[in-house]
Amino acid sequence: MLASGCVTAPAAPAPRANAPPSDTAATAAALPAVAFPSTYRPKPTADTAIVGASILTGTGTRIDNGTILMAGGEIVAVGTEVAVPTGARIIDGKGKWITPGIIDAHSHLGVFPAPGVDGHADGNENIDPYTAHVWAEHSVWPQDPVFTKARAGGVTSLLILPGSANLFGGRGVTLKNVPAVTVQQMKFPGAPYTLKMACGENPKERYGSRGRAPATRMGNVAGFRRSWIDAAEYARKRDAYERKHAKGESAEAPKRDLGMETLAGVLKGEILVQNHCYRADEMAVMLDVGHEFGYKTVAFHHAVEGYKIAGLLATEGTCVVTWASRWGFKMEAFDAIEENAAILASRGVCVAIHSDEQRLIQRLNVETAVALAAGRRAGITIPQEEAIKWITLNPARIMGVADRTGSLEPGKMADVVLWSSNPFSVYAVAEKVFIDGALVHDRSNPGSIYRSDFELGQTVGEE
Amino acid sequence: MKFRHLSLALMGLAGLAMPHSAGAQTFAITNAHILSPGPVGEVERGTIFVRDGRISSAGRDVVVPAGIAIVDAKGAFVTPGLFAVNTALGLVEVSSVDGTQDARTRSIRINAAFDVQYGLNPASTLLPVARLGGITRAVVMPNYDDSNIEREAPFAGKAALISLGQGTNMLFKAGVGMVLEVGEDGAARLGGSRASEFVVLREILASLKVQWTVDNEWGLSSADHKALGVVASGQMPLIVLVHRAADIRQVLDLARDFKLKLILSGAEEAWQVADEIAAMKVPVLLNPTSNIPSNFDQIGASLRNATILEKAGVEIAISGNDAGHRVRDMRYNAGLAVSRGLPPVAGLEAITLAPARIFGVAHQVGSIEAGKLADLVIWDGDPLEALTEPVAIYVDGKEQPMQSRATQLGQRYGERPDLP
Repeated sequence: MLASGCVTAPAAPAPRANAPPSDTAATAAALPAVAFPSTYRPKPTADTAIVGASILTGTGTRIDNGTILMAGGEIVAVGTEVAVPTGARIIDGKGKWITPGIIDAHSHLGVFPAPGVDGHADGNENIDPYTAHVWAEHSVWPQDPVFTKARAGGVTSLLILPGSANLFGGRGVTLKNVPAVTVQQMKFPGAPYTLKMACGENPKERYGSRGRAPATRMGNVAGFRRSWIDAAEYARKRDAYERKHAKGESAEAPKRDLGMETLAGVLKGEILVQNHCYRADEMAVMLDVGHEFGYKTVAFHHAVEGYKIAGLLATEGTCVVTWASRWGFKMEAFDAIEENAAILASRGVCVAIHSDEQRLIQRLNVETAVALAAGRRAGITIPQEEAIKWITLNPARIMGVADRTGSLEPGKMADVVLWSSNPFSVYAVAEKVFIDGALVHDRSNPGSIYRSDFELGQTVGEE
Repeated sequence: MKFRHLSLALMGLAGLAMPHSAGAQTFAITNAHILSPGPVGEVERGTIFVRDGRISSAGRDVVVPAGIAIVDAKGAFVTPGLFAVNTALGLVEVSSVDGTQDARTRSIRINAAFDVQYGLNPASTLLPVARLGGITRAVVMPNYDDSNIEREAPFAGKAALISLGQGTNMLFKAGVGMVLEVGEDGAARLGGSRASEFVVLREILASLKVQWTVDNEWGLSSADHKALGVVASGQMPLIVLVHRAADIRQVLDLARDFKLKLILSGAEEAWQVADEIAAMKVPVLLNPTSNIPSNFDQIGASLRNATILEKAGVEIAISGNDAGHRVRDMRYNAGLAVSRGLPPVAGLEAITLAPARIFGVAHQVGSIEAGKLADLVIWDGDPLEALTEPVAIYVDGKEQPMQSRATQLGQRYGERPDLP
């Protein structure tokens, strides 16, 4: 399954049925070539049908006694009347449940891997508040053994973000959760880039305690605004050059600035803003920063006070990526409540449950159950066929890949989990996990479960 | 569903309020699907008769006096109140706010003598949150302050048991164990090597046999010396936080050589030495979801730890996901252990009777049994499921408020969108 180490990365992904919609080659003349392109290739697979299961499609529907057919790495059909072609591998799904592959929109696997020793701590360039120039993918260690544990929990795609000690933490990278030797072999083909931003306690305390700005929340906001002013100027110069270049006029290309390239990408709408922010009042301020400079915040991460501004978030179309059970670890998390997700969802906000953690990423389904139970206690009943979106379609949307994965619809990547029972039960285990139709985790065949290089030759336990 | 039945249509149980007359601690819960470790076990249509805050009788054929208050559980599951281990409840409010941290000391005069009973805060907002997870009793344990790297402090101090009942005396029992960490972090406090750490520990334990003097070789204060006396005599258990299998073996040897009463905690690699732990009848406090090889102390951390230990005959108690704010996760952690092969009955026992037994209070709490304190929880489903919530909670027979600061925030903003 692992491509050999000497594969030459092609300039653009080879044509595939599920290739990214944008044509990167057309603009290559004016813009720098795509850097660090994905070399991910799905494993060749046999056509597979899982028959007779309860299916939560991720589109708001539940199908009982349903069949899902996967072929060529894609979902071909989902329903009760699916014709299974002769020769297809058939898996009995009776009594079991099927969901889309679980997606975590906030993870640090690979950049803060296990073991968590100093030599591995590569997730946060925390010596400067402005590190929009760093890219998380340049820190990802594909041998992090937790990737396998996350796969055992059904996680098929994940957004790896830099840490939160900076105002601009750098670019995140969207990965397919497959065993690999290089990060390029994991990169989700065609996924847009993301920018990690952080408000609140983390940046102000990191730098304030070292006698430099930002030392306060107002210092944070001033830092953001100054940077966006610089970024707008950078983008204007770059655009002016490109206009001249396109007309054939002589013009000197402005020197590239990696950080400004990222911020300018946000202003052009090409790079998705993922903003770590806890408090309601701060989120409202950050939305206004976006209005001032003309960018959209795709999602607030953690956002434990989102429930206080549900209407505002719904109006802005900004999603919330949050936990159910974490609270109280710092002042800005003191008002975190289990009902956050349910209140937000009931008011029309797009919600995702994230892990931000190595253990929780193995059971985002259970964390979602905690959120559902808390909602019910508060009088908000959310059907399971909706709630499954919190860990499938909604994070896919936040990561800009919802047209390719996140739900069980014909033509989408066959990222699929077969669960032993209802996935919101603590007793449910992911028995089989498929990524692009390939069986990447099979609990019935423990010998087939990938062990990272790090674990080889060591006494490691099952699961 | 792992337990025999799940009763449906339990939502009508909300608002089970009893008459708050004199003697409100005398009542009966009828139509209860009792799930309890111990002799009562599982009873589908059972009755629990509570008199003056204690369980008077429980089971299938329980006759209750006429005229007492009746709570009709309508077939819902009723379990003993949950018993949390490895907590700092009442000793922490906001993790990042140092002033709210009372579970550790920087003092160079005391380590073993540190005693959590004096730091307990009954007004902590964490208590109602934990209680709403069905938790009625907890072990509160000290931990270490490592801000002074020069400080050589082998022991963290003395643990205590608390009650989570509102309006009851929070301190349930003081001095229930002496906490010691060994392994990578423990060694860092004693010279930076396990090979020095275990020498120091052995020398300290040996030195307790001689009379204390000011210039004693190991720098023990008189308070520490006094505190360790009951550990050396085997009266107070030594609770050892340990991860690596080899370190667990060292600790077992230490306990054997010095005749200590031992409790292991953490113990991620305990599954590798399960038979040795079982042979010495040493109980283990653990989080079954701690399966990350976070450092070289626990490369073998596994989701099957709880299952393998229980199968080998080791008594286990299951903790939550941190010492404070996420203690309530303990019942899901028990459920997750069940998903990996732990028998469901053992899962429930690991969060109720087993910890009560380990900490010497099984005659008072931990099961639904005549004579015990009436710590009871009525649930709207399988108590190990995250989808389940308690609908009524009793501590010492007193009905507890089903509110916390968090639920009040939820009500404020859930009902009145976008205040003000």
